[in-house]
Amino acid sequence: MGALLEARAVAKHFGGVKALRDVSLSIREGEIYGLIGPNGAGKTTFFNCLTGLYVPDGGGFEFSGAPLQANAPHQAAERGIARTFQNIRLFANMTALENVMVGRHVRTRAGVLGAMLQTRATREEEAAIRQRAEALLHYVRIEDKADDLAKNLSYGDQRRLEIARALATEPRLLCLDEPAAGMNATETEELRELIEGIRKDGTTILLIEHDVKLVMGLCDRVAVLDYGALVIEDVPAVVQKDQRVIEAYLGA
Amino acid sequence: MKRWLNPRSALGITLITAALVALPFVVAMGGQAWVRIVNFAILYIFLALGLNIVVGFAGLLDLGYIAFYAVGAYTWALLASPHFGLHWPIWAILPIGAGLACVAGVLLGSPTLKLRGDYLAIVTLGFGEIVRIFMNNLNAPVNITNGPQGITLIDPVAFGAFKFSGNSQIFGFTISGPQKYYFLLVALAVIVVIINLRLQNSRIGRAWQAIREDEIAAKAVGINTRNIKLLAFAMGASFGGVAGGIFAAMQGFVSPESFSLIESVMILAMVVLGGMGHIPGVILGAVLLTFLPEVLRYGVGPLQMAVFGKMLVDPESLRMLVFGLALVLVMRFKPAGLWPSPERKRELTGGA
Ligand SMILES: Nc1ncnc2c1ncn2[C@@H]1O[C@H](COP(=O)(O)OP(=O)(O)OP(=O)(O)O)[C@@H](O)[C@H]1O
Ligand SMILES: [Mg+2]
Repeated sequence: MGALLEARAVAKHFGGVKALRDVSLSIREGEIYGLIGPNGAGKTTFFNCLTGLYVPDGGGFEFSGAPLQANAPHQAAERGIARTFQNIRLFANMTALENVMVGRHVRTRAGVLGAMLQTRATREEEAAIRQRAEALLHYVRIEDKADDLAKNLSYGDQRRLEIARALATEPRLLCLDEPAAGMNATETEELRELIEGIRKDGTTILLIEHDVKLVMGLCDRVAVLDYGALVIEDVPAVVQKDQRVIEAYLGA
Repeated sequence: MKRWLNPRSALGITLITAALVALPFVVAMGGQAWVRIVNFAILYIFLALGLNIVVGFAGLLDLGYIAFYAVGAYTWALLASPHFGLHWPIWAILPIGAGLACVAGVLLGSPTLKLRGDYLAIVTLGFGEIVRIFMNNLNAPVNITNGPQGITLIDPVAFGAFKFSGNSQIFGFTISGPQKYYFLLVALAVIVVIINLRLQNSRIGRAWQAIREDEIAAKAVGINTRNIKLLAFAMGASFGGVAGGIFAAMQGFVSPESFSLIESVMILAMVVLGGMGHIPGVILGAVLLTFLPEVLRYGVGPLQMAVFGKMLVDPESLRMLVFGLALVLVMRFKPAGLWPSPERKRELTGGA
């Protein structure tokens, strides 16, 4: 299997802080790829550059054979990159179902005119959006919360909803930023099953996670960042034994 | 589709229709002036619902909305008056007015939509003033707008030989000009309500709400926030343009004075006071804010005479004073507006 995402010497600094120092890595189609590192290592910054929220100061990304345009988040989504946020960002005052329906935006067409005239095509598309959103809520097992406002969901359900919303964009690469943060053991186990299921259904996954056990058990390959620099990129068994990683992160 | 045909809704719709038909005739007993005030209330409903798309749906604070109304009004005035000797028909002018207003909306929107909140409000405010000042000064070197004197003798709305000004006889009834405009305005208002409802529950409507809720998350799910915001601006502006055209035709006269900042503020106040983003609330806001000043105009003078036996405060000043006080009180005790949408109420009270 070829590389789905190729990061080439991605650099990003904030004033004097070098959040990313020429990070190069490549994610293969169909794998679960872990990105770990101590706090402030630059993991979220990497996501933000990848999804177009930040413009890298150097380097760039190639996604399924074509370069990604910097600073164009909606195009990243259109190309097939979806993400969740470390500090959950849902549309708080919309229902769970509506949140997922918004996720369908990029794969649907209806415009103002269609909506005003309620054309047949618009009505059919709207019904399909709703149906797909309901199916996705079912997929992440929060279908009974469909009509609750996003902000009233439990923490774990909010994380699931965010994943469902990301899946609604039909991503080829799903980027999860600490999805297990704040979850208890049962919830984490359920999350792990969910992530494996998503991969089985054909979506490549890039996972930032502090829960080392989860990462090592789940991921096919892992990359370690420290002070913005890539320390190692390899299978979990090798990464776990690497002296630099133990010093920088695991041993601490 | 399926639900609104149940007997109760059918009865409701029948009653509302009957009331709407009877209204201009009942009100006319108090004089045609009241019919004109009712007409303005409906025109303001139209305007407020247009602005509601920008402010209520997309969450973009626009303080220059009246500029689009001005563009529509002047389009009508220039294309259907002796000023240029043009007398184009409504089906040509109204779309042109809406189109030009839409272009103005995009022109204003494209450089400013990176701004948010207060900053956007200030730029739009400036834009509104610029348009008014343009209208005021475009009488030299080439006289386009006739400057502060404005344009007079503007053609009324007409479909063929049927004119909306002056009395006509229909089925032996005499129906006045304002009453005819009333029915036209109601028809337009119904259309704009339906469009608002449909937009709200559409893919685009959801995208607007998503941007309002969390712009970064909206971008991350693939919404082209810039274009979708521009769309809100363009839509709102087009509605303003149509309203402006009807205004010019109804009044027969336009001048820059009608498009001052206070008008933008009033329309915004209708949206906010009624219940931002909630269509029935916005309608209520428009009706109240049109009538309250008029009621006060006729009410405060006689009231003072009755209570104090003489005029203590100039009725005009007192009117604005009471009006301002009412606004402050509403915002103090009902921050989500008089009739907010259920969600927004929850949002502001913080409860579930
Ligand atoms: N928008 C920003 N402005 C300034 N500095 C930033 C910004 N975003 C990140 N940084 C800095 O860049 C560095 C990397 O931060 P980042 O959030 O990418 O770390 P992280 O690996 O995700 O950490 P954590 O595990 O705590 O989430 C930190 O020093 C952080 O303070
Ligand atoms: Mg982070």
